[in-house]
Amino acid sequence: MALAKHHRVLPGFGLSLGYTLAFLGLIVLLPLAALAWKASGIGVAGLLDLLAAPRTQAALKLSFGGALAASLINAVFGLLVAWVLVRYRFPGRRLLDALVDLPFALPTAVAGIALTALYAPNGWLGGAFDALGVRIAYTQLGVGVAMVFVGFPFVVRTLQPVLESLDREMEEAAESLGARRSQIFARVILPVLLPALLTGFALALARAVGEYGSVIFIAGNMPMRTEITPLLIVQKLEQFDYPRAAALGVVMLGFSFVMLVALSLLQRWSRRWAEPSS
Amino acid sequence: MNVMLRSRASRWPQRLLRATLTLVAVAFMLAFLLLPLAVVFAEALAEGVQALLSSLARYEALSSIRLTLIVAAIVVPLNIVFGVAASWAMTRFEFRGKALLGALIDLPFSVSPVIAGLIYVLLFGAQGWFGPWLAAHDIRIIFAVPGLVLASVFVTLPFVARELIPLMQAQGSEDEEAARVLGANGLQMFFRVTLPNIRWALLYGVLLCNARAMGEFGAVSVVSGHIRGLTTTMPLEVEMRYNEFDYTGAFAVASLLALLALLTLAIKTLLEWRYGDDLAAHAPGGR
Repeated sequence: MALAKHHRVLPGFGLSLGYTLAFLGLIVLLPLAALAWKASGIGVAGLLDLLAAPRTQAALKLSFGGALAASLINAVFGLLVAWVLVRYRFPGRRLLDALVDLPFALPTAVAGIALTALYAPNGWLGGAFDALGVRIAYTQLGVGVAMVFVGFPFVVRTLQPVLESLDREMEEAAESLGARRSQIFARVILPVLLPALLTGFALALARAVGEYGSVIFIAGNMPMRTEITPLLIVQKLEQFDYPRAAALGVVMLGFSFVMLVALSLLQRWSRRWAEPSS
Repeated sequence: MNVMLRSRASRWPQRLLRATLTLVAVAFMLAFLLLPLAVVFAEALAEGVQALLSSLARYEALSSIRLTLIVAAIVVPLNIVFGVAASWAMTRFEFRGKALLGALIDLPFSVSPVIAGLIYVLLFGAQGWFGPWLAAHDIRIIFAVPGLVLASVFVTLPFVARELIPLMQAQGSEDEEAARVLGANGLQMFFRVTLPNIRWALLYGVLLCNARAMGEFGAVSVVSGHIRGLTTTMPLEVEMRYNEFDYTGAFAVASLLALLALLTLAIKTLLEWRYGDDLAAHAPGGR
């Protein structure tokens, strides 16, 4: 606090910091403390029991496995879309660019029922897949589809600025030295994009793991098969089993925390990447 | 070098690759993003405009619209004040724990919306920390409007601060220091110097904050209790109608929310085109 002295020509240090801390304390920290406190009610043995329950395991497996698969798909298609949007010029490009943010803007419940209607056996796309013998709605595949939808913008929006600032001279140099396009992509472009690609992947993963609204409609929520972890929390709450709901919440928060640390490490890494080239 | 590149790029394998990549990207986006949006409007209009309008004119629909507007009207100003205060503290002063504070401000984005609702139930619910005290004083927070507001404030907390902090960091404090040296008091400095400098970024943050506050589902669904006409916001009304097999009705309300999303995207894109230089370099996550 004493460090602020030399900046004192500007007013409002105490007021703005005090208000920020008070608001964060009331809205974020106090409720999170309640979460930890309630979760501790079942003890370590209770937590292990909860985690060992087949239904919990199935839900965790679906939430994390589905999110992982969806984020991998997003990494591939996100990279492709970012590349096309930055490097190529074609009619409708700006419209397409604005459309990338749709999953951020569309309320999750709306996305949920829309995806369900689209992929249901009598839906526009579901009918076609049904003819091929593939069911999407009310299966684990449907959960994955919803997770791809919500995570997609993260990868594109993290990659775009990096792609835009990419030094084309390196590609030209590689090309004049006789490298093929595939070699240029794998050895010149991809290494520079990697930190941003991983960051987008991690953001999409974190979002997909915790996603609720867009998933629960298309999932069908069959116990052991298409039940995601956030839904399990809601069910525990509806049975007034607060401690177990809180314990599952802590498990998910723990994962978010790990992702946050990973992301900040990634950012430090990407800054190291950015410096020598600038 | 450029001439050589251009001549090579125009060779047909390059063109084919270019066309294929563009086609796949466009097809992916149309199937994954545009089709769900189109379905909303198609389903809402499945039984005609008349059915859509009469389904929107029903009492529960109107009260859900009213409640959504009320919640947003409380949540957005709260987060404007918080966002401006937090950005001022974070960008104009040095203090210990700044990085931690920044991480805390961003935290709600990485928390599952269900947990955002859960934590308030654990505080204010019947078996929560303050539950017995609230019951004794006949105050309802959970299954009532205050709970909806709290959960919405939590999930939209970072939006404004996230837009302002990088911008104010980049702008520096010279303008404000000059105003102070020339004799402006704190309020004059804020309203005549700071606010004009950050107005577009602030508007941008408010836009995203409002869209999320009106569209939030997971967090409010946990604290709402789904009492028709009293605690159901528009997204919850969508869910209830859908679960009652009133698909046209569900998509009718959903189409209003989809219009809100389109409007938000349109204004957001406009702000980026027109005032891109006055907005911060965009970090993804809250867009």
